[in-house]
Amino acid sequence: MIAPVGSRVAVGMSGGVDSSVSAALLKDQGYDVLGMMLRLWSEEGSQNRCCEPDAQEEARFIAGLLEIPFYVVDAQEKFFQSVVMPFIDGYAQGRTPNPCLNCNRFIRWDFLLQRAKALGADFLATGHYARIKKTPAGQFQLLKGQDTEKDQSYVLHVLTQKNLSQTIFPLGDLNKTQVRKLAGDYSLPVADRPDSQDLCFVGQGDYREFLRLKIPAAIKPGPIFDPEGSQIGEHTGLADYTIGQRKGLGISDTKPLYVIQKDIQQNALIVGPTNSLGRQEFFADQVNWISGKEPKECIQADVKIRYKSQEVTAAITVQNPTSVNVQLESPLPDITPGQAAVFYQADLCLGGGIIRSD
Amino acid sequence: MDNIYLDYAATTPVDKRVVAAMQPYFNITFGNPSSTHRFGQQADTALEKSRREMAEFLGASPSEIIFTSSGSESDNLALRGTVFTARKKTGANRLLLSPVEHPAVQETARQLKDLHGFEVSFLTVDEYGKVSLGEIEAALQENTVLVSIMHANNEVGTLNPIKEIGEICQDRGVLFHTDAVQSAAHFPLDVKDLNVDLLSLGAHKFYGPKGVGALYVRTGTKINPMLTGGSQEFGIRASTQNIPLIVGMAKAFEQVQSEHQDRIDHLRPLRDNLIKRILSEIPSSQLTGHPEDRLPNHASFVIKDLDGNLLISVLDAAGFACSSGSACKTGDPEPSSVLTQLGYSPSWALGSLRIALGKDTTKEEIDAFLDILPESVQRVRELGS
Repeated sequence: MIAPVGSRVAVGMSGGVDSSVSAALLKDQGYDVLGMMLRLWSEEGSQNRCCEPDAQEEARFIAGLLEIPFYVVDAQEKFFQSVVMPFIDGYAQGRTPNPCLNCNRFIRWDFLLQRAKALGADFLATGHYARIKKTPAGQFQLLKGQDTEKDQSYVLHVLTQKNLSQTIFPLGDLNKTQVRKLAGDYSLPVADRPDSQDLCFVGQGDYREFLRLKIPAAIKPGPIFDPEGSQIGEHTGLADYTIGQRKGLGISDTKPLYVIQKDIQQNALIVGPTNSLGRQEFFADQVNWISGKEPKECIQADVKIRYKSQEVTAAITVQNPTSVNVQLESPLPDITPGQAAVFYQADLCLGGGIIRSD
Repeated sequence: MDNIYLDYAATTPVDKRVVAAMQPYFNITFGNPSSTHRFGQQADTALEKSRREMAEFLGASPSEIIFTSSGSESDNLALRGTVFTARKKTGANRLLLSPVEHPAVQETARQLKDLHGFEVSFLTVDEYGKVSLGEIEAALQENTVLVSIMHANNEVGTLNPIKEIGEICQDRGVLFHTDAVQSAAHFPLDVKDLNVDLLSLGAHKFYGPKGVGALYVRTGTKINPMLTGGSQEFGIRASTQNIPLIVGMAKAFEQVQSEHQDRIDHLRPLRDNLIKRILSEIPSSQLTGHPEDRLPNHASFVIKDLDGNLLISVLDAAGFACSSGSACKTGDPEPSSVLTQLGYSPSWALGSLRIALGKDTTKEEIDAFLDILPESVQRVRELGS
């Protein structure tokens, strides 16, 4: 542990078992723990699922059981600007963004961390399954969580050396079963509340309805083309589809067809058979190298192109400090612009970037 | 350093002497005061002794004191218990309130309007939150069943001229209720002198226990119970009386009423120094509420371009418990309706800070608070949008 015992640590609490056990562990280890929760923006008429009143009540109650103070901080405006807007813009441009990345970068490890410091905290802790290691040379490394099933380093690849030097992941060496057991040991309620939720800000309907409300002009029906460019159907709006999708295209063909590309210029969806789907190369931008320095030359690494996808070995060539070219060893069917490509060498997370649109 | 409590307008710790006075009534003299046997008789004696003590300090007779569960319940009973009968008798259908009443009054009036056809009219208040006698006089030209105006405002501390308002209401034959929950900790309250028909008290604001309050009801005021059942409290509030809490309230009231001058002499200079220093050391800060006619322990401010909720959190993390005036623990930024009524724009009203001192607050505590306040304000301001 990098934080000296006795330091004040702010724990981002959700009311879920992971962040609750994190707070309990830190308190037990002798830290001066305080609980914090963000009030995040949500679609009109709905509650943000990462901080709905129930979750807030639960987190407040757990903080009370642990005898730590608990503070709710309003981040609605900032969340809208730095998470929701880019999400909407991304879809408007034919990408499939992952809002959790911006939330980690701009909300938790900026807005929240600043406020934690104002509350006298030196460190921010969360219930993420990931580990931080300090090398003898003083470098901070981000490692996968010991529980590879739960590993969340994918969404943490945006963190910097400075961020990591101020962060604690108390669950990094534990698996979910152990965490549940600890919750019992600490007499904490084990309500199975997810610690964070994708698209937490979208109301009852799904994100497609949300986008239709926000950017009606950008979600228009258009043609579906085959790879040769002949129209074989009509789509309901590009945002309704993801790369690699097979079901729900409304086209009958002798062989199964998949979404291979979105042509934003023509508002066209390109579909094709499975053999036209895979790609072996892509570019990524907004790359963050966790070490703080991009590699000098081409490196070998394992790449994850979605939160839950398998890793694929690749050659990564640095083009400039924030852009890379990625050559995969074998083709992948669902390389999706807007999603993050995250680079690993074994358990070590090197960093990652956002897959570029063609 | 231990955490320092500067939120005595929210609640107060129970005085040690009060705790001691309550102690026997949990398990030694535990009888039901309505019982015939000696256990009951002893409890009844404690109950009636408490009623007499309360009455004595209020300048009332014991039969005019109704014990309730809280200041909020007293407010509810004052309004709900009286307006139906009065309307039946006179036809008057309108309640007249100040726009900065406690929610226990505002929401009750709202329900009387929404569900029972009463009209509710709001007076205006000046920039300090004070009502005007002239306006009340004019407003009473119309048929009014009840006037309810708080003695001291919880958020900004301003005092209203209750005696004079009472006089006007008496002349007109209109029922007059005042919520004295905040002022009871500081001022002698003589109901005859204040010219009130109904007056609400809550014990936990004056170093008594939570969960007990009282309503003064002037003899002759027609009042119906909200809680029906047994004939406790002269038939005006069914429920077995909570003897330990009632004994505690009477003890606390006796102390606060007999020691009030000492307490004021202690609090006012501390408070005045606090106000002076905050106004001079915090840029773009203003005192809210009346500079003189205010609770002697109460200092409330608005600080421009500042997230008041975040400041409260920062101060708490630094060991000082104060309030933004109206409780907001959810982190949803809503300017206080009281401050909005007083004419503050959101850029001021969102930065509210209330410091309410207690009888045991020391100069050292205030100095320690003032040592960290300017820097805390600065930090929160820098984090602002």
